[in-house]
Amino acid sequence: MSTTKKRRSLPLILGCILVGFIALMALISIFWTPYSVGDMTGGRLGPLSSHHWLGTDKLGRDLLSRVMIGARIAITVGFSSVLIGAILGVTFGLIAGFAQTWVDESFSAMFDILIAFPTLLLAMLIVAARGASLTSAIVAIGFGMSAIVARLTRLLVKRVLAKDFITASRASGTSWARIILVHVLPNIWPTLIVTFALQFGFAGLTEASLSYLGLGSPPPNASWGSLLQEAQATVLTSPVAAIAPGVLLVCLVIGMNLIADGLRDVADPTLRRSR
Amino acid sequence: MKILDVANLSVQTGDGSKVVSDVSFSIQPGERLGLIGESGSGKSMTALAIMGLLPAELRGSGSLLLGTGKDAPTQIIGAAEKDLNEIRGTVASIVFQEPLTALDPLMKIGRQLSEPLRRWQGLKGDALQEAIIAALTEVSINKPERIAASYPYEISGGERQRAAIAMALACEPSLLIADEPTTALDVTVQAEILTLLDAVVSKRGMSLLFISHDLAVVSRITDHVLVMKDGSVVESGSLSNILRSPQHPYTRDLVASAKELDNALDIAKKSGGN
Amino acid sequence: MKKSPMIKYILRRVMVLLISLFAASTSLFVLLRMLPGDPANALLTVGATPEQIAAARHSVGSDLPLIEQFFHWIRDLSTFHLGTSLIGNVPVGPEINSRLSVTVPLTLISFFVAITIAVPVGFIAAYRAKTWYGAILNSISQLGIAIPVFWVGVILILVFALHFMVLPAGGFPPTGWSDLGQALRSLILPVATIALVMSASLTRYVRSATLDVLNSDYLRTSRSLGSSFMEAMWRHGIRNAASPVVSILGMELATTFIGAVVVESVFALPGLGSLLVQAIAQRDYPIIQGILFVSTMAVLVIGFLADLAQRFIDPRMSKSLAGRNA
Repeated sequence: MSTTKKRRSLPLILGCILVGFIALMALISIFWTPYSVGDMTGGRLGPLSSHHWLGTDKLGRDLLSRVMIGARIAITVGFSSVLIGAILGVTFGLIAGFAQTWVDESFSAMFDILIAFPTLLLAMLIVAARGASLTSAIVAIGFGMSAIVARLTRLLVKRVLAKDFITASRASGTSWARIILVHVLPNIWPTLIVTFALQFGFAGLTEASLSYLGLGSPPPNASWGSLLQEAQATVLTSPVAAIAPGVLLVCLVIGMNLIADGLRDVADPTLRRSR
Repeated sequence: MKILDVANLSVQTGDGSKVVSDVSFSIQPGERLGLIGESGSGKSMTALAIMGLLPAELRGSGSLLLGTGKDAPTQIIGAAEKDLNEIRGTVASIVFQEPLTALDPLMKIGRQLSEPLRRWQGLKGDALQEAIIAALTEVSINKPERIAASYPYEISGGERQRAAIAMALACEPSLLIADEPTTALDVTVQAEILTLLDAVVSKRGMSLLFISHDLAVVSRITDHVLVMKDGSVVESGSLSNILRSPQHPYTRDLVASAKELDNALDIAKKSGGN
Repeated sequence: MKKSPMIKYILRRVMVLLISLFAASTSLFVLLRMLPGDPANALLTVGATPEQIAAARHSVGSDLPLIEQFFHWIRDLSTFHLGTSLIGNVPVGPEINSRLSVTVPLTLISFFVAITIAVPVGFIAAYRAKTWYGAILNSISQLGIAIPVFWVGVILILVFALHFMVLPAGGFPPTGWSDLGQALRSLILPVATIALVMSASLTRYVRSATLDVLNSDYLRTSRSLGSSFMEAMWRHGIRNAASPVVSILGMELATTFIGAVVVESVFALPGLGSLLVQAIAQRDYPIIQGILFVSTMAVLVIGFLADLAQRFIDPRMSKSLAGRNA
């Protein structure tokens, strides 16, 4: 898939479509869903029909409505955890990027150790401490993400600081604060944005696993993971319930990956694509 | 009796554009030919085409006859891999521009050198070890034992290039192709490598195809020159002719800039000496 | 002369490992002490008398000063005394042990299968990158990293266990491994689930590494000296491609382990993962901290071994995990 600078990036467009569709679902669900989540009148495990586009779950609730709410949760989780991960990660990454010798080594080692520790375990730990809720999941995922962001930021900052124009800037008396604002951040944020896009998708996956295990946000405002867990018991009679949330989750993650690829192309075509 | 006979060689990309168009030249045994051009002139692609090592996206056309001796020369264009494996190294071998990437980063120099030695000279065991040391000594490497036991990243650029040259020579080729062998090296080291190449080519009576963008470097080591621009040969002739009366505008520019630099150095020498 | 830097490196990594273990244990201690309420609460019922509360706290040890608790904690961990479960009052250690007998084979077999798939697929995807099937393989592997592992499990159950009814939908023989045939049968779908997902990401790494080798100058040099393509790949390609892949194997094994933790719940396997989930739901803190400690230790040791393996293949001091050298 070759793109010239003139042609729009195909991955970016595809990705935006996929994610946009899900975001739209999420947005709409804030104001309206076909049925309210407490409404259990649909008849258990009903088939696809014009009343219930995706059928009903084992308690008679409309599946489409629940899926839409799941979209809202997925987007919320992705957005919030990336926010946390970005703020924490970039801050510590900046500090580490400027640090030298043993301070820098300690930071680097800390990031590496945190990254090596699986995020899901970390999330389970926090859930064990604070109880299952959306907040616990977001905090855990965001925290785990911040280590990845921090390591990347540190690398990028060091790379930028080694460049000559920084030395020239300092030589002409520019303060460090201004250098960070005007030189460092603008140079690192394209790569960081790509990482944020990728991590958004992975956050969704982690949260889905947590919910599947029963450690996520409790029903009825259940995320796709919980929906899949519920659907498993009745998967033979009602396969749609087990397929739809999964497909949407995959679409969200792939969409985010495509956006990340597209952003990589647009922001810095000299970077090697994820071949 | 030519070692290399190139006729109407063209190299095209997948969409039809030519990186080399209609190039013809030949090299006699013992002859030294320089190939000058800037980047993008197609000179490196010509060298790769001769070795049958063009990247997969590129196609060569025309005629490339390599080799002499008992067997008839081999047509490189369109040849089967099997046949190319027989002649690569033995008839012609190539030294590349960047020795750091041209050498396997995870293998010791000695072991990399043993590859052609074992294949083409059939050496094993102690004889192989001695040959490795001898090969490294021939390219004027100090402490060949230490270099043989080192990885490429542990030795200097000059030593790496010498090792690469030793590997190319290990197959005892009749034609040595040197593709910008000094460009990536420090200036002082460049001179040493040129001297080495000169000596080794003479001693073994090989032909040499020396590729560079630097007229000064080429003029040190070759007798005849081809000037390439945008994939075609724009001028060819003996070095003295080219330098004295360049015909093509591009060649004239080349010679003029080289002379300017030369003059500047002379002036600097004269004023420095006072 | 060459040995010395290697030995020094190993020692340094062992030190880092021990420090990490200590840091992890301390973090666990702190984290779990931040729980609302006292660990002894699980032993009590509502309306307990002060004497009962005091007795419970004493038995759990939470009436001791924090520093003492910490020392006990470290001492216990180093001797693998992982405490006693609050539910059922059984010692944690042996419980974890028996669960490991399911989780460890599940993880290792899945990992092995994933590698077996990823290496040839990744190689073909790279070698034939410009063909239609090469491109498809590449797209599939890009897709594979976006799929939640438990969903694959559910789909596989739907197809193979419920629709075609050739494999069990879950469970593990109560007699454990003594019923080898049935035990293995129970693991087929779980292994397939994990291996499918893991092979996607491994394929991407293999493909990337192979592409680097295929486009490398040293491969070209070898061929210029008369090697056939296969010879050159064998002599130079494999080691150079293995280097970046081995460097991520440690992390991928850890991810496989996490996959196993989730998949155990999908297939109702009596492994470490399902025990952990259960313990969290029941707030059985000794079990939770025991499993987390064992998992953390496993992850750190795997990382350590993987790092050593990588250094063995690639002696250059440039890229490494935490010991990045100048």
